[in-house]
Amino acid sequence: MIFAAMDWHAFFFWMFALLTCGFALAVLFSNNVVHMAFYLILSLGASAGLFFLAGAEFVGAMQLMIYVGGTLVLVIFGVMLTAQSRFVSMETRSGEWVVALGVGGSLLFMLMITAFNVEDWRSPNPRQGEVTVAETQVVSQIGLGFAGVRVDKLDQPDGQLRGGMSGYLLPFVIVSIHLLVVLIGAAYMARTKRRKDVSGGRS
Amino acid sequence: MIEFLEPIHVSHYLLVGAVMFVTGAVCMATKRNVLGILMGVELVLNGANINFIAFGSKYLRSDSLGLDGQLIALFVIVLAAAEAAVALAIALNFYNNHTTIDVDEADDLRG
Amino acid sequence: MADFFEHTLHFPVWLAYLVAALIHCVLIIHVVAVGALIFIWMERKISGRIQDRLGPTRVGGAFGWLQTLADGIKLIAKEDITPGDADVMLFKIAPYVSFAASFCAYIALPFSDGWVAQHLNSAVFFVLAVLGLEVFGVILAGYASGSKWSLFGAMREAAQVVSYEVPLGMCVVVPVFVCGTMNLVTIGNMQSGLFTNWLIFNDPFTFAIFWVYFTCAVASVNRAPFDLAEAESELVAGFHTEYSGLRWSFFFMAEYGSMFLVSGLAAILFFGGWNGPFPIAEPLATTLVNVVTLGNAESWGGLSTYLANLMGCVNFLLKGFVGVTVMMWIRWTLPRLRIDQVMTTCLKYCVPLAAVCFLGAMFWQLNGMPTGNDLMGFQRGLQTEGWVETADREATAVTPAGSADLSADGESLVPVAADRSDGDHLSGLAENGGAG
Repeated sequence: MIFAAMDWHAFFFWMFALLTCGFALAVLFSNNVVHMAFYLILSLGASAGLFFLAGAEFVGAMQLMIYVGGTLVLVIFGVMLTAQSRFVSMETRSGEWVVALGVGGSLLFMLMITAFNVEDWRSPNPRQGEVTVAETQVVSQIGLGFAGVRVDKLDQPDGQLRGGMSGYLLPFVIVSIHLLVVLIGAAYMARTKRRKDVSGGRS
Repeated sequence: MIEFLEPIHVSHYLLVGAVMFVTGAVCMATKRNVLGILMGVELVLNGANINFIAFGSKYLRSDSLGLDGQLIALFVIVLAAAEAAVALAIALNFYNNHTTIDVDEADDLRG
Repeated sequence: MADFFEHTLHFPVWLAYLVAALIHCVLIIHVVAVGALIFIWMERKISGRIQDRLGPTRVGGAFGWLQTLADGIKLIAKEDITPGDADVMLFKIAPYVSFAASFCAYIALPFSDGWVAQHLNSAVFFVLAVLGLEVFGVILAGYASGSKWSLFGAMREAAQVVSYEVPLGMCVVVPVFVCGTMNLVTIGNMQSGLFTNWLIFNDPFTFAIFWVYFTCAVASVNRAPFDLAEAESELVAGFHTEYSGLRWSFFFMAEYGSMFLVSGLAAILFFGGWNGPFPIAEPLATTLVNVVTLGNAESWGGLSTYLANLMGCVNFLLKGFVGVTVMMWIRWTLPRLRIDQVMTTCLKYCVPLAAVCFLGAMFWQLNGMPTGNDLMGFQRGLQTEGWVETADREATAVTPAGSADLSADGESLVPVAADRSDGDHLSGLAENGGAG
């Protein structure tokens, strides 16, 4: 719907882009852990808005659910671990700032030049107006893609690839098993055990 | 200026992705807090995700990656969640053993 | 709607979209705000009756129906206090985060056939995801208040909501795979017809999983008996101990907003959404328009459709209200659980039950066992997405002989399902279409 009017696309793009980048920078320059987590969530949420704008609804919703929800757990840990006020803010030494910003700035400069150097990337899509909303409604196609069936690639000339070779079944299974391993591993590592008696003492 | 602002291309999305990536990288380099470093990692992964989505968007490119962009972005999100879980477990373990979350204190293995 | 402004009223494009967006926004915010107004009054009356009292009786006439408005004016007039230990920025922003999350989820919630602010193809997922963000405001409030009570309340809420999202997600997936889509409008439309077509009567497992869904929904919006976050007998008032005035009332608007949201989601997923128990809205509206316009209803365009949709909207709101009323009934009937009991309910009862029902519904669907509407002989409308037609054409090209005789029966989906997919998703879709 938004794409019927290009100026709204540009408006929303810049709005979400500024929010994303602004809060990402706020994460960088804030020292308080909880503030950092808050900015991070806003930044991730705004980038979910960018995903919606690019027509990737499902990924946007997924971003909100898993990424932002996962970061929520980060906040909780932040709160729990920083109950003692000495952890709430940790200053970075100014020398580190100079080096990091120098390296980061030059990296950003390089990436920007690359992004705007490729002719194909900064030329408008000739058939942008023809893209219908139905074309971006791909939830079931994504689901079938994970099951190893690419219904979006039915016009694939190679018969071998059409038979399901181009699907994502194997990566999907690997990721599932990976998640299971991570779940067990994280639970094992984070379980309560007897603490070493550190001389610093604990509150 | 208007030409830069008005029609949005893949390049603009790449720019946002680049800013997030660099911010995350600098965040990882400068923060002394374990959780801060973890947040830097999340920013980096998200910057990569924006690029995947931009290249896969049918609005932005006529010969886009198509569904592959979104599928890979989903894998990145899932792996980021898994990574956050493990990293948090490590942070918690570190806190249990050292009663601090300052990574500068993690120098037990230094010779 | 933007097209209407652009083409009929000749607005410029940007203005057309702006006006359309504003109208959507105002309509949705009224559902939340007016809804909260009515629900708070209802809660007072219901709790009064359950406890053998009268509840509010004076303000605004016999039933005290202006009580909430009077309370609202009182809340606006109250002083906005920020505690000295508070993290000022987060403390001030937390109620808005909570409210915005609850409000944003309404974007994807349809109120009648096609009456939805934004047609999202993954609406179910979006609603759940955004609803999960409400807890974030609560955690921020608890942390930023700088009070032990608030922090305890917030930590409990975090643990509770994160755990209950697991069974909630499992419950919601069942209607999704029965219908083969995540689009709430399509899910609602597939349940049109007699009430036997409602998904809760689809098979025994969907019937069972509705109750799991409702339990988890009550828990995830923090209503009693799961309101550990604000357990006033233990934690003063939990996460909103330090809040006063309007900021405090934002938390309540968020709570009532999400109560209606989960009830509305239940209505669409299990109770036919805007479709009444008997398919009378459409003929009734047509007859009505016919009577009013003396027989030439065609010249009145889509008026009968509009009237039918309006009736559907009333239907949907009624179903949502019933859900909210049941939640209030539960709140004033059951005692509050302890935190460990809350976790036990989730992890030892809700998750296994949801998993068993999930598997059961899946096998029911795969084996094509009789559904509720088979018994009554009413067909479920077949809804497909755009790509299915493309896939179908492809399948016809590949196996011309096979699909020719099948398409004679009007069964266009089956070759696609048989050729390209072993997934229960697509064959479930075909199963629904081929039920008769």
